[in-house]
Amino acid sequence: MTAATDYTLAELCIVAASKAFENDGEVLATGIGVIPRLAASLAMKTTNPDLMMTDSEAWMLSEPNPLGKRDDTFQPACESWMGFSRIFDNVWSGKRHAMLGPTQIDKYGQTNTSALGGTYEAPKVMMLGARGFPGNSISHPNSFFVPAHNTRVFMDGECDFVSSIGYNPARLPKGHSLDDIDIRLVVTDLCVMDFGGPDHQIRLVSLHPGVTAEQVQENTGYPVHVVGDIPVTAAPTQAQLDVIAAMDPHNQRAYQIKDNPPGVRAAADFA
Amino acid sequence: MNKQMTATEVVASLEDGMTIGIGGWGPRRKPMALVREILRSDLKDLTIVAYGGADVGMLCAAGKVRKVVFAFVSLDFIPLEPYFRQARQSGSIDVMEIDEGMMLLGLRAAAWGVPYIPTEVGLGTDIIKHNPDIKVIDSPYDDKGWVAMPALKLDASLIHVDRADARGVCQIAGPDHYMDDWFARAAAKTYVSCDELVETGYFHDPAQARMVHWERSQTTGVVHIPGGAHPSSCTPLYGFDVPHFKAYTGSAKEESGFQGYLDQYLGASEDEYQTNVGGLDAIRAIELPTY
Repeated sequence: MTAATDYTLAELCIVAASKAFENDGEVLATGIGVIPRLAASLAMKTTNPDLMMTDSEAWMLSEPNPLGKRDDTFQPACESWMGFSRIFDNVWSGKRHAMLGPTQIDKYGQTNTSALGGTYEAPKVMMLGARGFPGNSISHPNSFFVPAHNTRVFMDGECDFVSSIGYNPARLPKGHSLDDIDIRLVVTDLCVMDFGGPDHQIRLVSLHPGVTAEQVQENTGYPVHVVGDIPVTAAPTQAQLDVIAAMDPHNQRAYQIKDNPPGVRAAADFA
Repeated sequence: MNKQMTATEVVASLEDGMTIGIGGWGPRRKPMALVREILRSDLKDLTIVAYGGADVGMLCAAGKVRKVVFAFVSLDFIPLEPYFRQARQSGSIDVMEIDEGMMLLGLRAAAWGVPYIPTEVGLGTDIIKHNPDIKVIDSPYDDKGWVAMPALKLDASLIHVDRADARGVCQIAGPDHYMDDWFARAAAKTYVSCDELVETGYFHDPAQARMVHWERSQTTGVVHIPGGAHPSSCTPLYGFDVPHFKAYTGSAKEESGFQGYLDQYLGASEDEYQTNVGGLDAIRAIELPTY
């Protein structure tokens, strides 16, 4: 299949993020937010039909639902009930892979969804809370999507509040090894990374068209492991773009990355 | 046994300092009419346990809360709950911040009468650091450390359901009953508001009885309040009120703040409240959310 030449950065990110689910086998793919959900949907529709997915409410689906309003004749392909209490039974079985967008990701892959600055008793900015991140992070594989790669997200030091366990030896629980933690892909508007560097250091996997490794490092508050020639993130194929368009008929993907830039950017786009 | 009560009687049976569980999830099927009745009362110093939405935000804003046990407080489509945020950022409440699944385990432990349930959840995170009362223990069966999630014993739970009979048989007909069965089981007293009060014969159809998630012995009182989840949803009867939540969130940025919101909507009774938000027919006409 030939690569498309006309695609947006959001579509590039969806295709790159869908690779996270490619070799997962039969697990529940949970993509929170438009781009992660479309990534999981694309994987289920193309590379890994064994994936499971919910309707984000209370049913397991045999086919992912398109995003947004659907007409009255639409019948979701429900295959089982999957209310929130049952989600935790699935989480703790390990047969799930979630892709989420935390506010901070530190050099250990620890994330923060709860509080920024100030003290814990009176944070400067209160956010969502720990949500399900503690349980997700110790129970099953997780990937992250970051729509704006910068040093506020990938910050120096440890997260202000550690919502999810990462590769931090100082926090390793008794009887566990760091290999029990399974962080897969980190997809951003600049690149794809993972934690496959020495001692689980964050590592550059691919650069989006027009982005340099230096640019990634400048926007990351800790060293990124870069070895050899870094490939360019694979462009979507027309077939992938068609699946994405069918899954996102209201084009919600156009509103996920600031100014909805094209997939191939020139230096001027970063000015 | 007739368990029918009024919302005023429910709140009169609650006491300052109690630990109160609130069913529902974020902006979904919250017992908001009972919460509003607390807003109208002088009840205070409450510890609230909830998958929180505007229930938690309103009680915080009204100064009813000493402590919140939470994994999140969110209106979903408006991610950050404005008044919970204010309460946290001003340091005016104590918190026990835990994982969503840990809350489920804590409620189960309380329901089952055990002091804790062991879990991996929370290990390596600040949940353990900021909750010195949550212990990490050794296991008699392996060499790992385990989080001993303590029982979350509730003095009372407040839950909203689609239908109930006067004996406390409660039906949740929406697609998810969330953790409401565990809130009912974890509490010494469970007070339920219902959109429809039905005769017991309604449940003699197995398809209806299948949507009853706890035994009536877990229900202490039943309050018939049609539209009582507003502005949260009670799928399939009505969705959540997006413009109302926007006005509520917007009020946090106004000088009049939460008092302005209360002055505009709360009223002296649920009837007045419903008049202020356009009436029961308008509530029942709110479109269901699409996820």
